[in-house]
Formats: sequence, structure tokens, C-alpha cells
Amino acid sequence: MQDTSYDAIVVGSGISGGWAAKELTEKGLRVLLLERGRNVEHIKDYVNATKAPWQYPHRGGRTRAMEEAYPVLKRDYPLNEKNLEFWASDKDNPYTEVKRFDWFRGYQVGGKSLMWGRQSYRWSEFDFEANARDGIATDWPIRYADLAPWYDHIEPHAGISGSLEGLPQLPDGKFQPAMPLNCGEELVAGRLSKLYDGRRRIIPGRVANLTRELTGRSACQYRDACWLGCPYGAYFSTQSSTLPAAAKTGRLTLKPFAIVTEVLYDRDRKRATGVRVLDAVSDQTTDYSARVVFLCASTLNSTWLLMRSATDVWPGGLGSSSGELGHNLMDHHFRVGAGGKLEGMDDRYYNGRRPTGFYIPRYRNLFGDKRAYLRGFGYQGSAGRQGWSRAVAELGVGAAFKDSLSQPGDWSIGATAFGEMLPNHANRISLDETKRDKWGLPVLKIDCATGENERSMRKDMMTDMADMLEQCGAKGVYTYDNEYFPGMGIHEMGTARMGRDPKTSVLNAHNQVWDALNVFVTDGSCMASAACQNPSLTYMALTARAADFAVRELNRRNI
Amino acid sequence: MAAHENAGDFTPGMIDRREAILRVTALLGGVALVGGSALLTGCRDEDRAVTGALFTAEDIAFLDEVAETILPATSTPGAKAAKTGAFMALMVTDSYSPRDQAVFREGMRKLDEASRKAHTVSFMTATPRQRLALLEAVDREQKAESDARRDEKEERQRAEAALSDQRQEAAPGADVGAAAAITEDLPPHYFRMMKELALLGYFTSEIGYTQALRYEESPGRFDPCVPYRPGEKAWAPHA
Repeated sequence: MQDTSYDAIVVGSGISGGWAAKELTEKGLRVLLLERGRNVEHIKDYVNATKAPWQYPHRGGRTRAMEEAYPVLKRDYPLNEKNLEFWASDKDNPYTEVKRFDWFRGYQVGGKSLMWGRQSYRWSEFDFEANARDGIATDWPIRYADLAPWYDHIEPHAGISGSLEGLPQLPDGKFQPAMPLNCGEELVAGRLSKLYDGRRRIIPGRVANLTRELTGRSACQYRDACWLGCPYGAYFSTQSSTLPAAAKTGRLTLKPFAIVTEVLYDRDRKRATGVRVLDAVSDQTTDYSARVVFLCASTLNSTWLLMRSATDVWPGGLGSSSGELGHNLMDHHFRVGAGGKLEGMDDRYYNGRRPTGFYIPRYRNLFGDKRAYLRGFGYQGSAGRQGWSRAVAELGVGAAFKDSLSQPGDWSIGATAFGEMLPNHANRISLDETKRDKWGLPVLKIDCATGENERSMRKDMMTDMADMLEQCGAKGVYTYDNEYFPGMGIHEMGTARMGRDPKTSVLNAHNQVWDALNVFVTDGSCMASAACQNPSLTYMALTARAADFAVRELNRRNI
Repeated sequence: MAAHENAGDFTPGMIDRREAILRVTALLGGVALVGGSALLTGCRDEDRAVTGALFTAEDIAFLDEVAETILPATSTPGAKAAKTGAFMALMVTDSYSPRDQAVFREGMRKLDEASRKAHTVSFMTATPRQRLALLEAVDREQKAESDARRDEKEERQRAEAALSDQRQEAAPGADVGAAAAITEDLPPHYFRMMKELALLGYFTSEIGYTQALRYEESPGRFDPCVPYRPGEKAWAPHA
């Protein structure tokens, strides 16, 4: 008979949930960590991690059968033969699209931390004050100074490699040594910095891959096979980093196949008492109690859970009293940029497969620059020598053609912009009572679109890169806009925003639900704006900060 | 789509998984390329016919010779040694839409017919030199057609982009169907399919990775800038 009473319950075991479990157990709490999907054991369950690339029947590609089984996942790169077992089933987990929304999910222990892109950037003061300055949505209840110590706290344990640049819009952190730029990137970086007096610069991508070993984790082996799961534990995932730390305390209970159907709420005490869990295998329902509940189920899923909870008090669910629950859904818009070729470097190459590239921090609408749109974007890109694929569109058959492809091709460089999407009340999720999933839960309905600000920004996102490449001497510069639909960024944020006023926000400055102060939401749902930096590092810092606050409040008997 | 293919071209040291995968899927999926529209829109109902075993052992021998002519044994083994014909047959069977399967099958017939016309012998009985001459001619034909297609498509996309700006201004936010409403592409030239699959099959085979290219399972280091001398092999990617 499993214990049903804990100090804390954490719902979701991805990046945020793993951090919640680690911090709460290390501070002495007995924690139940609930995960809706299966367990994935570190290393042992990375079934393809050491498989040779030629051992996949379709060499990693997709089949018609896969496309039929994954009608959403097939819309972009995630549908593939190499790590399909890490992506959630579209068939088992339907949702309703009022407008197209690509929802790519990871339902297993570790969540999307197993296959995330690992780009890790701090937010800056500019980002936290942006809503107030622009009069958009509502003000963040915190500033950079509130979060800086928590970035300091999480970075050394997560293991972020990066360079120190002294940029106010992209604060430095407690980094391991950077993975360096290659010589093609160095060439362009030097020219760009000179042209723009350092205001625009190419820096090594800051990435959650180790360049120095940590306890139980090796430094990166430069295989560039991260998304299969790393047998060296060299990139941050729940499995490599936070779960072992939480387990080591002896106070963690991990329960896979546990779908939380609702947060149990005591209307008299105005507190959550625990959660109701549906066992995904046995279909049995069990109630678990705890003094504090952390929702880290991922952006849309934490809000979905709130919407199903305390509906006898608020028809819209727990946290809906402000009218903002489910609203202000955001993502990063991208898939637009430019590329070109670099000359005079044919006697240069590199060894090893670096699992990151370069980053160009935001420069638009900062330091006196003023555009017709609000906010800005950063670029992620890389330079390298072309491989055999360069021949696909070219003329050629026969011996000389084949042998030429055994050698590296021209140096090329390219970058994709990741742009900030504004919070908009009209971009929302709600319950679709007409459709239920296989566990009988009403599915989510998603209604989200980009607006004029994003469309206007995309023009700069495309032409700025082309201009910079041409100014830096690249040849054959081309631009592209491969079209973007919300969700494709897999940076979904918002729907339970933090704020200063319970009338206009769902969570307070410590990620507590205004309507139930012992319920914390610390995943991407809490975001009041999106900035343009990859958000996961900020979820880690917010979670650690909220966990510290929760334990202090418990000790003070305030919650 | 030229931009897409180019985007897949900044080969090694990719920024993150997105571009790495973009690059791979740009190739794999004859799918992402050849079956492009089926990928975006899903197969139509009439396309769902059960295909079963599409290729016989003779067909695979034929495809082996096509691939070997494109990528012959030189100082490294050729496409036939890498069993490229079987790979091509598998990809066409499992990944191509029924429409593209038909184009591919018909292409095999056309190729044989062209051999008989040019050299009075079947493709299988033609000499390596005759096969090469034939494939060079067919390659020029497919290149001209692919380039024309690309130009047309870019023109159409420019027109559609302009139209979509107008639509968005009229009613912000495209509806779910908008992406699927991309004009149905014409099937690619059969030899473009064959060449793509031959290149993919060969360079991602064990022979391709370990003999045509250089592969280290676990490099253990990253050297950002080293001298390169002509003739040295390219590094193969991983995931």
C-alpha cells in the first residue's frame, strides 16, 4: 500500500518539475513527483543512443505509417525514426484547433528535457520591464534582480557552457567554458563586431551541455546526438541532473503513469488539499494529499489541470477568478532568416560535432534603436562546410561526382531569427466539452494566432541577417521565410500569468495561485511576456525561487 | 523550395536540433522533398490504396545498377556494395505517396525504354559506359525540369505571400486549413527521386559513413579550426 500523504506534490517531471522535486526534497520535504507518462531510466532507456546511424531502416526518416499515426507531429521536424518514442502520441492526446496550433509534447519522465534544444539564455531587466514600459498586457511582478540569484543558483548544477560578454540585454551567468566558434564563425564575428562597434555581435551559443564534468556526468563528447538521450549525461535533463539529486535525499517518490485529473480544493480553508490521480494503466483513481502542490505539467497542461479543478467554486476552474486563466498564450515565432557562403577558407576545417552554434543577441528597440514594431529577436545559426547533400539539386552522376562528394564542400553560414510574440488576451485555450480523450477528460481547445507586431518584425528578422552577411563579405546571400504557426517554436508560454493584481493575473510574484496560495505554477504557464530568449533556463530559476519561498512559507505556517 | 534546401545546407556544427533535423528531413523524406505536399496536407483518401510489395528482386537489381551508375565503385566501394537499391525500394514503398510511387515505377520503365532507344539494349544489359551516358542525359533533363519547377514555385509563393498579407489584414489569423491550402505540387521528375534516394542511401550506409566519408562515433573533442588539405574526407554527421 503506497503512502498517500506527502509534504509536497509536484505534477510533471520535465525541466520545471525536476527542479521543483530537487529543491523541495533538498529542503527536507517528502515529495511525490507525478508523471503522466512512462518512466525513462537514465542511460538504460536511451534505446537508440549508441545505435549507428546506418542501422535505422529509413535512416532516421519518416514513413507514411508514421505520418498517419502522428498527424500533428508530422507538421515539422519532430516526426522521425530516431527518437519517436520520446514524443507523445497525437492519437491518444487529441486537442481542438480553432486555428492551427502545432502542439509537440513529451509525455514521459523527463518530459521534453530529454529532447530539448538546450539553448540557455538569461532574461534581462529589459524583458521584465517590457510590458510596463510598452503598456502591453500587465506588468511582471518581478524584476531581473529578483531572479538573478536564482539563475546563479541553478546554472552551476544544470551545467551551462557559454562566454562572458557583459551585455545588459543578455546577462552573463555562472557558466562553464564556452564551446568555441569555428573559424568560419570567427571570421564573420570579427567583422560584425567591428562594423557595429560591438552592438551587434556573434557569440558562442550558450548551451546546457557540459564542457567540464560534474558529479556523475561526463563532459560533452561532441557526438551531436543529444536528442537520443546522452549515455554520458553530458546535457541537462531531468534524468541527468535534477532527478538523481532529488533521489539522493531519500525523500522522493516518483510515480509514472499518474494522470492528475484535478487539484483537490478546500473552499473553507481556501487551500488545495492534494490531487486526484488516474492511473493510466489500471484506470484506478487515488487521492493524494500534501501541504503544497507544484504544477509543472508544461504550459498548456498545467492550465488545463487548473481548469478542471475547483469548478464547484469557479466554473472556469482554479485560478480563473481574474478571467485571465487560459489567456495570453505565446510562443516564439521563427523559421525566417538568411544564409550565404564564405570564401577564402577552403584550407580550414574542424573536428568533432559541436551540439550548438552561435547566437546574435537582440539589438532591435534597444539602446536608442526604434522600430515600427515592439520588442525584438535574436539569431541562432552556425557556419560549416557543406556535406554530400549539396549535390541533390546539382547536375552530376558518375565517378568524379561521387569522389567530389567525399570531400567537404564550401563554407556556408546561416541563421534563423527567434522573435518575441506579444501577449494578447485573444490568444487563449479553453475546455472543449464536446470532445473527450481516452481517459474521459474534456480536451483543450486552442485559439491562437500571431498579429501585426510579429508580421512587421519578421521583415527585419529576414532582411537584417541578409544585410549583416553581405556587409561581412558572405557571397550568394539568400533569405527565407519557411512560414510559422504558433506552437512550432515549442516555447509555448502564458495562460496563467504572474502579476501584481489578483484581478488581472492568475499567479502572484512567487508563482502562487492567488485563489489557493499553496498551489504554485512554475512552468511556462506563468510567463507574462515571452522575450526572445529560449525560456527553459528562466523556468528553472523561477521554479527554484518559488520552491525556496514555499518552504519558508510552510515553516512560517503561512500556507 | 530553394530557400528550404539552402537552409539545410549549413551542414555541420548546427545551432540546435531544429536546423540539424531540418537538414536531415530536407533529404530524407524524398518525403520532405519528393512527398512534400503529401507531408503537409496528409494523403488524400484515394491515395490510401494498399500498396503491398512494390518491388521484385529484379527491380532491386535494376535500382542497384542505377545507383551504381550515379555512385560507382572508385577508390571506395560503390552504391551497389552499399545495397542502395534495396534502400531505394524500401523508401519508395514505405515513405512515398501512391502518386509518387507511380511516378517512380513509371520512371524505371522510362529509363529502360530510353536505354533501348539510345543503345538498342535494355538498361540491365547496357555497358557501364552506355548507362552513364544515358543517366547524364536524364540528369540534364531532370535538372532543367526541377529548376523550372522551382522558379515557378517561387513565383507562386511570392504571389501567395502577397495574397496572404491581404487575407491577414482582412481577418487576422489564418484558419487551420490555410497551411493545408498550399497549392498541390506537381510530382518531381523520376530521376530526381532516384538520385536523391541513391545519394541518401549511399552516404548514410555503413560504407558511406566509414569509407566514403570519415565517421567517429564519439569524437571526444571539438577543434574549431584545423588545417584542411584537398583530398581529405568530409566528416559524417550523426543524429
